[in-house]
Amino acid sequence: MIQAGNRIDLLFADRSRKHFMPFVTVGDPSLEVSFQLVKALVEAGSSLIELGVPYSDPLADGPTIQRASLRALASKTTIRDVIDFVRRLREAGIEVPLVLFSYYNPVLQYGIDAFFADLRQHGADGVVIPDLPVEENEAAVQAARANGLHVISLVAPTSEQRIARIGQRASGFLYCVSSLGVTGAREELPDDLAQFLSKVRASTSIPIAVGFGISTPQQVRQVAAHADGVIVGSAIVQEIERNLPLLKDSARREEGISNIKTFVQNLLSALK
Amino acid sequence: MTKTTAAYKQVPDEKGRFGSFGGRFVPETLMNALDQLETAFEEARRDPQFLAQLNHLLCHYAGRPTPLYEAERLSETLGGAQIYLKREDLNHTGAHKLNNALGQGLLAKRLGKKAIIAETGAGQHGVASATVAAKLGLSCKVFMGEEDIKRQALNVFRMKLLGAEVVPVTSGTRTLKDATNEAIRYWVSHVDDTFYVIGSVVGPHPYPYMVREFQKIIGEETREQCMAQIGRLPDVVIACVGGGSNAMGMFYPFIGDEVNLRGVEAAGHGLASGKHAATLSLGTPGVLHGALTYLLQDEWGQVQEAHSISAGLDYPGVGPEHAYLKEIGRVSYTAVTDEEALAALQLLSETEGIIPALESAHALAEAVKIAPQMGTDQVIVVCLSGRGDKDVEAIQHYLEQGGEKR
Repeated sequence: MIQAGNRIDLLFADRSRKHFMPFVTVGDPSLEVSFQLVKALVEAGSSLIELGVPYSDPLADGPTIQRASLRALASKTTIRDVIDFVRRLREAGIEVPLVLFSYYNPVLQYGIDAFFADLRQHGADGVVIPDLPVEENEAAVQAARANGLHVISLVAPTSEQRIARIGQRASGFLYCVSSLGVTGAREELPDDLAQFLSKVRASTSIPIAVGFGISTPQQVRQVAAHADGVIVGSAIVQEIERNLPLLKDSARREEGISNIKTFVQNLLSALK
Repeated sequence: MTKTTAAYKQVPDEKGRFGSFGGRFVPETLMNALDQLETAFEEARRDPQFLAQLNHLLCHYAGRPTPLYEAERLSETLGGAQIYLKREDLNHTGAHKLNNALGQGLLAKRLGKKAIIAETGAGQHGVASATVAAKLGLSCKVFMGEEDIKRQALNVFRMKLLGAEVVPVTSGTRTLKDATNEAIRYWVSHVDDTFYVIGSVVGPHPYPYMVREFQKIIGEETREQCMAQIGRLPDVVIACVGGGSNAMGMFYPFIGDEVNLRGVEAAGHGLASGKHAATLSLGTPGVLHGALTYLLQDEWGQVQEAHSISAGLDYPGVGPEHAYLKEIGRVSYTAVTDEEALAALQLLSETEGIIPALESAHALAEAVKIAPQMGTDQVIVVCLSGRGDKDVEAIQHYLEQGGEKR
């Protein structure tokens, strides 16, 4: 545990519960829509929200989140806007853990120390940096720790002998990549997923969450049997994409938000 | 060997760092593959059988050693230093890219992989990879930006003729940067059975180091040829820098010598125009494609579009070892514009009967600038990294639009 009060630690204090952890790209298609969306995701019963920082070169992301990134960049969303967005959510009374998902370069340009200090000040709890493996993350981990935040590590099916080392060093929760490849909905999850997850489970004392490719209630249920948290990104972004005409029209925005909320409630029902 | 060389041999360190640059900033999914690649490369470069195989191909298939050619009419025309050209354009497939593609292709076979992938800008690395795949019996997919596919139609057809699949990349800037993103994404999905042949001294460790090792034959030959033909080392060595593999291969064996090394970037429409690819001249440190290096980026860390008439230099990053060489002041980096490169290309064509690639024409343009200020007893070596056949259509189009550029 990092420090009393980190919401990720508080969330997982009761290990009997399974958690739904959705991802949205902040600023897709606008900060205002993202704000309404996060509120709806929390109302639907999400336990933790991953807030994507848009980036020009998202090399761990498939086409769906690439397009979300482009839309958010088109609406001029910067990493500073995402940090401010956290404060806005906190001011609105959102109390679930908030985790930023950002590639390393925007963090580096913001300044590592300033980034984590500002995150703490604004009320975030952790960061996922998909292109920062454990060999390179020391500076970020130190700055995060100094501010009571978690740098969430990732493990992949190809990690093999690295799992133990990553598992020992990880903090907050361990983000398990379900299968080879970039983010994006998949028809099927790999057969040996349970085996991989039990290996990860054995390597670490902290909670594990699974992401990449999870898009249906069946898959949510399948994954939840072996993990503490289920992360869904591209499937929700796809739903946002489908509802863009509504979301961009302030008169019909609520209808769009409500459609996405229904979609998420359906996924969440698999955890009950 | 001088002190510099001894000190210089330390890079990269065991974390793949050239000073503060380099490293391995990639998704976790790729980390084991990079470890395996590093181990395999370290074993291979010490394995006499592997080296014999590679040398055999370099000699009998690629046509090495390539000549060091004295460009007498060009030198006379400029009226200063004697200019020598390292004729990498005479390599099989028409550029230095084959040196590296052969090395990595053999390594892919050694690792038991049946499929290779590659990214390409101008198409030279794509052609080299497709060639090696055909020669070694591997399947090959080449990722290429849609914009570059338009600019380099001839090379696209060559790759197809060689049996490779050219995958058009429609994301982002539709040039080399996004072709590289797409190749990495594909590799993340197929890392079990696919070998990624990176074409320049960029990417996560061990690529910048490995590609340098496969390309340093350029500088090693040049050094020997200088001693044999001129009886001494050159005063100045010039090479163009996009990602920087021909430059790294040319410079590396001269690092410890008292030779002025100059890397030439693409200034596009001019450094002040905002439309250029002068990463080392005007960029700032950041992370792209797995390495910490200089980038063209905005204040928020979003990578910016590069511009150059040459598709091979049109890249907003640069090899991390070049970033290091800039930082320690060992190599000076300059930039020449589209127009200067075109003028140099025309000059070489008319005085020597050699049509250089647009990329190489940038290095040549630097020689055109500095040769007249040097003495006739001084020697410049220009790395003529590739031949210009692939560019003639684009050049024709450009000259017809803009009139005579010289």
